[in-house]
Amino acid sequence: MIRYALYLGCTAPVRALNYELAARHVAARLGIELRDIDDFGCCGFPLKSVHHQSALLLAARNLALAERQGLDVCALCSSCTGTLAEANHALQCDAELRDRVNRDLQAAAGLRYNGTIQVRHFVRILYEEVGLDRIREAVTVDLSGLRLAAHYGCHYLKPTEVHDHFDDPENPRSLDRLIEAAGAQSLFYEGREQCCGGGILGADEGTALALPRLKLERVVATGADALVIVCPFCDIMYELQQRRIEKLYETRFNLPVLFYPQLLGLAMGLSADEVGLTLNRVKSRKLMDLAVRP
Amino acid sequence: MDIDSSQMDPTFVDEIAAEPGGEHIRCCFACGTCTASCPVREVTERYNPRRIIHMAVLGLRDAVVSSDFIWLCSTCYACHERCPQDVRITELMHAIKNIAVRQGHIHPSFRQQFDMLSGHGRLYDITTLENERRAEQGLPAIAEQPADFQRIFAVTGLDVLIQPETRGAE
Repeated sequence: MIRYALYLGCTAPVRALNYELAARHVAARLGIELRDIDDFGCCGFPLKSVHHQSALLLAARNLALAERQGLDVCALCSSCTGTLAEANHALQCDAELRDRVNRDLQAAAGLRYNGTIQVRHFVRILYEEVGLDRIREAVTVDLSGLRLAAHYGCHYLKPTEVHDHFDDPENPRSLDRLIEAAGAQSLFYEGREQCCGGGILGADEGTALALPRLKLERVVATGADALVIVCPFCDIMYELQQRRIEKLYETRFNLPVLFYPQLLGLAMGLSADEVGLTLNRVKSRKLMDLAVRP
Repeated sequence: MDIDSSQMDPTFVDEIAAEPGGEHIRCCFACGTCTASCPVREVTERYNPRRIIHMAVLGLRDAVVSSDFIWLCSTCYACHERCPQDVRITELMHAIKNIAVRQGHIHPSFRQQFDMLSGHGRLYDITTLENERRAEQGLPAIAEQPADFQRIFAVTGLDVLIQPETRGAE
């Protein structure tokens, strides 16, 4: 049995219920137990630019809450995964830093972190712990007609040293292999590794939106049926902002965006409701028709 | 534009090197791999990591900390992975922004995020509407835990650092 504390973060449980729904249903089918911890709060990512020590304490607070339950952390958001994994890496490697952080954490929240747990992205757990063979065995619906573009994003695998170098930042393969294990085709396209721009949406919207515009253009040019992502903030940039980008640049993309667990859920015979497909903003008849009727 | 040597502050690079994440700034040999790899630089000339690092090394403190461009790093780590000198540019940019904040320069979007975290412990507030939407989908309710956050910001001094009274100093 694979067992984790489910770390939802801020964005997924408010802006990407489709992702959360699909992840929970897929996990249950594949024997991954995900436990909710009510006290989890922000991972600290937004404060890294502002105040290093505060950001580290917010991360340590979440790590301590999971450790208290004896659970490793499974995060849905790539930025949360990166921030928590980076803090965990620092706290595990540096006992002096851990003591300093624990003094503050004890004073502010009555918690301490001993450095005994690990942090994983949900999709990395599918890739490494469930494994491609078990995923292939779980597939019941033929998705071979789907042509998909994988978007890895950044914090899912970078900085590579805090993610145990589990995938190659220059030529990542894990998501392509997972898409293929679900029975669909994964396309190669220019700029596969490019960032969604979410990190600067607040600081400079015009500049931020120029990044997803480039990716949407390149993916649409391949004739892909959808972009496949693993992070709710990438979804904000590619799906929620897609109409706005179309207006700004007087163009039309109409590119569906799928979270990988939604794709896998469809392949495993889950219904459109179970994978949250009706909540996707860019509608796709082709994807809806692949969903098993309940 | 000419560089005015009277504006150079040799303590700036020391301060950056002493900041968590800024330790490797002196390793930079200005090869420009960061700028060539940068997806933000691909869409705007306003952000150029090699230029920012060089300005910092020259000690152009005010021009760096009061700029808009330091806030344009998307934190994608493309430069971090490729830097031949292990300058750790993403973390270096965080270090420079931390210093800028201490000098009274914080981008308004980050202040808004701080206010949300201080008030709600999350980037989005959770009203009954959010939990009703979650319940409709069969998802468990989520809660806000702002008290720990307020105590953490009191312990670290961040609450004082960006409290409303000092906000005019930007």
